[in-house]
Amino acid sequence: MANRPSPDKPIVKVHNLSFSRGSRKIFDGIDLEIQRGKITAIMGPSGTGKTTLLKLIGGQLMPDHGSIHVDGQNVHRLKSQELFNLRKRMGMLFQSGALLTDMDVFDNVAFPLREHTRLPESMIRTLVLMKLHAVGLRGARKLMPNELSGGMARRVALARAIALDPMMIMYDEPFTGQDPISMGALVHLIKSLNTALGLTSVIVSHDVQETAAIADYIYVLAEGKIVGHGTPQQLADSDSQWVQQFMNGNADGPVPFHYPAPDYLDDLLAS
Amino acid sequence: MFEFLENLGKTTRSSFAKLGRSTFFLGHTLMGIGDVLPRPSLLTKQLYSVGVLSFLIITISGLFVGMVLGLQGFYTLSDFGAEESLGVMVAASLVRELGPVVSALLFAGRAGSALTAEIGLMKATEQLSGMEMMAVDPIKRIITPRFLAGFISTPLLATLFSAIGVVGGHMVGVGLLGVDDGAFWAQMQSSIDFQEDIINGVIKSIVFGFVVSWIALFEGYDTIPTAEGVSRATTRTVVNSAFSVLGLDFILTALMFGDI
Repeated sequence: MANRPSPDKPIVKVHNLSFSRGSRKIFDGIDLEIQRGKITAIMGPSGTGKTTLLKLIGGQLMPDHGSIHVDGQNVHRLKSQELFNLRKRMGMLFQSGALLTDMDVFDNVAFPLREHTRLPESMIRTLVLMKLHAVGLRGARKLMPNELSGGMARRVALARAIALDPMMIMYDEPFTGQDPISMGALVHLIKSLNTALGLTSVIVSHDVQETAAIADYIYVLAEGKIVGHGTPQQLADSDSQWVQQFMNGNADGPVPFHYPAPDYLDDLLAS
Repeated sequence: MFEFLENLGKTTRSSFAKLGRSTFFLGHTLMGIGDVLPRPSLLTKQLYSVGVLSFLIITISGLFVGMVLGLQGFYTLSDFGAEESLGVMVAASLVRELGPVVSALLFAGRAGSALTAEIGLMKATEQLSGMEMMAVDPIKRIITPRFLAGFISTPLLATLFSAIGVVGGHMVGVGLLGVDDGAFWAQMQSSIDFQEDIINGVIKSIVFGFVVSWIALFEGYDTIPTAEGVSRATTRTVVNSAFSVLGLDFILTALMFGDI
């Protein structure tokens, strides 16, 4: 790859992105950059389209306006074969794990290797065991997905996401619904994998404490716009009301506690 | 009034949109055949779950349908003193009509609904989406093998259904009601035409297998990924398959046997 962009250029560059679902505007002209080798978090209240952003970066959805470049390529201009080639270098960890339920753990991790490579079975076995060992589940290789706890399923999915040694992994809400121990394990894994494998990680999350602990840079989304960005320290010191409400978990603020509704008294008296 | 027109327009538009989506879906599925054939293990697994596991329901239903045909046929034919023709009657009804139609309906209920629910739940649990992100085309990897399996198994199941049905008719007619064994088989042999009856019956079941597999897989793929969406899609699979099979059966029969 002769025209590979230099390592200090951002790996993902989102420019003036707009996207709507039906009449609801989800993104309204957002710009963001994800630096190579770093852990970047995209945070915001639920329903702000964080998962949608990952699907846009992965080329599963088309934006209304704006562009997304991944590793120098405009994702939405690629032909489907080129997009597939790009996706082989991106891993994505779905919130549910998205494991294939008709295969055991071993076959799930082997799935991308068998689909995309012609490696002999003995080498696939070695690779799969290495990936499973990295997430601490080498002993669980015979289990079926329905026998796994939520945290284990996510770790298997993580092993599968790193099976092809991608350049970047996108995590969709990795901490949601985890007990403190699995949460700790995941936080540690994301951080150590990022360093050990020289990955770039993108975390979409609303778990402020865990994410802030490992992220190098954070973007805060609200109402289709980026309301704040910076290192965790900078955000903690930010004087933006949006950022303060989100980082401190206040019930009311720029994001109102009440869903838009007619006046309370009028509503009660109307019948 | 306006509301009625508006709803009519909306329904028409969404039906056409769905028809368009399903056609693209079918095209995409067929394009995957080239990728599936070099990997026969993908196909054999589906042939087992779609075809082999439908054996029991097809065998038992075929046996009973044949037995009932034997009974009813005997009572009607004996009024005319023509009970020796029982073999022809049983075989012709099975091979031409009941074999392909009933086995396609059973197939839609047994395997079609299962396919819809499976694909629908795979969509709901993000397995299809996850595959796309692993640069694997879910239509080629998941849908095409299932489609081929359905398409291959239905004619085989229909043939099995007819064969077992004839055995059932023989059991009742010859074993129970005393029709002459030789006449039963001889009349059947001389009257059932290979081209006219058997091949046409097989063509019917090939068409039904194509349509039922297409409907079942498309409904699963197009489902709204919620519990309610999957349940509705499964219902639609069975209902639409039944309509299509019966409607197509009329058209095919008219083309093959009629002078319309």
